[in-house]
Amino acid sequence: MGATIKAVTTREGTKPFAFSEAALAECRSIIARYPAERSKSALIPILHIAQSENDGWLSVNAMDAVAQVLGLKHIEVYEVASFYSMFNLHPVGTYHLEVCQTSPCMIRGSEKIVGHLSKKLGIQPGETTKDGMFTLKTVECLGSCGSAPMLQCGAKYYEDLTPEKVDAMLDAMRAENKRQTYTDR
Amino acid sequence: MGRKLLFEHITKPGIQGLEGYRANGGYRSVEKALKTMSPEAVVEEVKKSGLRGRGGAGFPTGMKWSFLAKPPGVPRHIVCNADESEPGTFKDRYLMERIPHLLVEGMITSGFALGAESGYIYIRGEYFYVHRILERAIAEAYAAGWLGKNILGSGFDFDLHMHIGAGAYICGEETALLESLEGKRGNPRIKPPFPAVKGLYDRPTVVNNVETIAAVVPIVNDGGEEYAKIGVGKSTGTKLISAGGNIKRPGVYEIELGITCDEFLNSDEYCGGIEGRALKAVVPGGSSVPIIPGELFLKTAAGETRLMTYESLSDGGFATGSMLGSGGFYAYNDAQCIVRSTWNHARFYHHESCGQCSPCREGTGWMEKLLHRIENGHGHMEDIDLLWDIQRRIEGNTICPLGDAAAWPVASAIRHFRDEFEYHVKYPTKVKDPDHFAKEPFKRELKASYA
Repeated sequence: MGATIKAVTTREGTKPFAFSEAALAECRSIIARYPAERSKSALIPILHIAQSENDGWLSVNAMDAVAQVLGLKHIEVYEVASFYSMFNLHPVGTYHLEVCQTSPCMIRGSEKIVGHLSKKLGIQPGETTKDGMFTLKTVECLGSCGSAPMLQCGAKYYEDLTPEKVDAMLDAMRAENKRQTYTDR
Repeated sequence: MGRKLLFEHITKPGIQGLEGYRANGGYRSVEKALKTMSPEAVVEEVKKSGLRGRGGAGFPTGMKWSFLAKPPGVPRHIVCNADESEPGTFKDRYLMERIPHLLVEGMITSGFALGAESGYIYIRGEYFYVHRILERAIAEAYAAGWLGKNILGSGFDFDLHMHIGAGAYICGEETALLESLEGKRGNPRIKPPFPAVKGLYDRPTVVNNVETIAAVVPIVNDGGEEYAKIGVGKSTGTKLISAGGNIKRPGVYEIELGITCDEFLNSDEYCGGIEGRALKAVVPGGSSVPIIPGELFLKTAAGETRLMTYESLSDGGFATGSMLGSGGFYAYNDAQCIVRSTWNHARFYHHESCGQCSPCREGTGWMEKLLHRIENGHGHMEDIDLLWDIQRRIEGNTICPLGDAAAWPVASAIRHFRDEFEYHVKYPTKVKDPDHFAKEPFKRELKASYA
């Protein structure tokens, strides 16, 4: 977001990125939703696909591939990717836990949930566990105020959280060990 | 029980799918409009209904529609604002998740009224799973001939598409939404020109909230006059209120505009009262509207019963009133700290400022820092006046209303709860514990400043 400037990661050390065939087909169907010559409109939906195909974050290589698909200048992609808070410009854990911390959640105890997660995982918000399993993040209102406190992991909402529910969720995640992304169906 | 227009069938089995939706009278408004009405007649019904924008601003929808420019040969668009990001608001999510075809139907009928070539539903990125539900509903509607070419043999063509966002409160502002829909950063545009003249792709565009578009369905089905019979004065029809905070029954409620605030907060049909402790404060319409003490929510400063209407909730102006806003209602019990909540709000607006205008970009950051300092027991008395000064310099000095939205919660918290801010400065050791008021509720040492 404007107020929090995120640096675009350098190319060094990042692995190459290429869309899968299925993803390219989905990109084409998304582009078809907009008038010809207006394919730039597809940028955000396609960045989501690239992020999901790149372990939950957008490397420079992934963003460059998006630019190529849409025929855009690289900077047009970077400036958008760095604006929206759901695009991660740094690697994230297999499970990216985004706890809502805005006032309606705070009133219903989100700070205690963040504290509990922090203690259980041994990390602070913004950090990833050493095994790369969990990233903890505090985020702003996710539109689930009636079932607060809550967190989002990929496309899933975990609502009406208690420390016990959080423990059960973490155990289930450790057992499954499968990345959850926003574009999961 | 109040009348339900949008949620009448929401608990019916299979209502999520086209078949179940049709079985409960779905898509009647499309049939009626396309077969028996002219586009102008639909706009006229919406005008008669008195429907006002349900996203927060409350602008009359019929009037907004009549501003749409119609230059020959230029395609027009209708865009649904499903970016619902106002803290405390989750009504649109509930509607789209439970009864997605209602929104699809509303888009077709509204698109017909406006002569739109196509429509887009811009949904916030976090609601990805709801986006999938709507994608399915749209596919079903295409397959059944409710969308596409020559709908119902009427000659009206209409395409409807989903568009996903990626996490930005600012994209709920209509011009920022259009920028985002064009694949850019969500920086609001300078108005005029308004979207009705130059909107999406510089074409005439109407942007309406999910609930507004859904309300077009009962308005066309039953007639604008019938809709306008519900409510009080210029607040007609029903409104979805998402209720949260320290209440017994959080959830989304469809209310008839005009019920009393007391009934909404305390009756078992709605919020069911405050959980455990005493009512302290209320944010009636999403985090941007002024926070008011509980007693001012229930009764106006003049002692009149406050109603859930646009007018009654803003009775007394910002001195003693608030706003209906988006219907994002949340209540605080006396264990809550207003300073902590205000700091939380300020952090939200700082995070969500797009950074275009200096007063908002810089001011929201300063407000967050000052409130953090006061809340954590490092504040000075001058900080309270400085906060007041900063919010004054933001309000009205920015391209879009995010600046105002950031200023109002801070201004209202100081206006009504200044003694609580002073307490934080006077007793820094007591407020070090984040739960300071949970153990010992704050007792007012001063009379409320509105008196």
